[in-house]
Amino acid sequence: MHEWALAEAVIATAKRAAREKKLRRITEITVKLGELQQIERTVFEFALEQILAQEDALVRHAKVVLETERARFRCRACHHEWAFETEHFAPEIAEAIHFVPEIAHAYVRCPSCRSPDFEVIAGRGVWLASLKGEE
Amino acid sequence: MDPRLAIIAERLKSIKKIIAVAAGKGGVGKSTVATGLALVLSKMGYKVGLLDLDFYGPSTHVILGLSEEIQPTEERGIVPPKVHGIEFMSLVFYTRKNPAPLRGPDLTNALIELLAITRWGELDFLIVDMPPGMGDTTLDAIRLLKNPSFLVVTTPSRVAYETVSRLIALLSELSIPILGVIENMRRPSDRVRLSLGVRVIGELPFDEELEDALGDPERFLQTEFARRLREVASAFKES
Ligand SMILES: Nc1ncnc2c1ncn2[C@@H]1O[C@H](COP(=O)(O)OP(=O)(O)OP(=O)(O)O)[C@@H](O)[C@H]1O
Ligand SMILES: [Mg+2]
Ligand SMILES: [Zn+2]
Repeated sequence: MHEWALAEAVIATAKRAAREKKLRRITEITVKLGELQQIERTVFEFALEQILAQEDALVRHAKVVLETERARFRCRACHHEWAFETEHFAPEIAEAIHFVPEIAHAYVRCPSCRSPDFEVIAGRGVWLASLKGEE
Repeated sequence: MDPRLAIIAERLKSIKKIIAVAAGKGGVGKSTVATGLALVLSKMGYKVGLLDLDFYGPSTHVILGLSEEIQPTEERGIVPPKVHGIEFMSLVFYTRKNPAPLRGPDLTNALIELLAITRWGELDFLIVDMPPGMGDTTLDAIRLLKNPSFLVVTTPSRVAYETVSRLIALLSELSIPILGVIENMRRPSDRVRLSLGVRVIGELPFDEELEDALGDPERFLQTEFARRLREVASAFKES
């Protein structure tokens, strides 16, 4: 249930952005879920629902759209690019990456040259992609 | 938009005072002082947390004697386990024995993630063990922790002063409160005296007993090092 913490973060950020844009009501929040963090979609959706139900009129009726983004790595040593596959990991390693995606650097190596010096070029974690609302 | 930044203040709301133990310089005893301070304050009856931000060289878990089966629990985030009465958080829960070869932006990201998901209880003090240097983590701690005070550690050596004074200059320039300087590992033969322009709030001796007390908090608390640290803690607790 650590998804809850990130769901709270999404709603807090949406509200802050809405206040800055002087929105009266948020109608839609689009959230990108980077595959590397392996967010449990149903748990995350449930948390969002529960949090929104407690919220005020600014955000309470917002529709949340979740989009999954494939995770991709690029090696800084040999420039090889590859996609992340959870199945390759023992459950406790997958879980560690789930809590802090950068932990991938402790366990993942470039499949081409074994370097740990790679970049996560897409699909790291939870990202608030866009916000729609009424002024 | 990064959703995590907006929630960090909320996560730190239950903490009365955050103390970052730093030096700029490596190896002067930051981790030993940070862990010792957490233990001493906890023994005095305060509610204390300890956060290890040295992602390359985490050490506080060794000094605390963390056993491997202890893990944070999940409860609408991550709840730090209590280790000898201290709420403890470190990346070692996730890296375990592995190195964490992280570049700057990854260090920052890992730190933001930890701060966004960790649910501290009501704390009187959160002690933060800082890495050496004044790069990403130092700047992030200043940016992200709510009004941290710095406790600066040095050894009685002109080589240590050289770097520590640069950290003090940086903190002063940024108007970050400095609780004081702790001079660590003084031996009777040491002749150099501090001139760092900041109040020295403690002198801790080089303590031969310390190595054997690592990992055993009860024994650690019996050392001369801990006794002297307790005097320091009594002096600044009111501030
Ligand atoms: N007062 C002391 N007497 C004897 N040994 C000490 C004392 N203070 C620290 N040490 C020892 O010195 C070593 C370095 O201490 P420590 O790891 O706390 O330094 P640090 O500043 O955190 O290092 P780093 O910059 O790598 O994080 C450790 O082995 C520790 O046990
Ligand atoms: Mg250290
Ligand atoms: Zn490679």
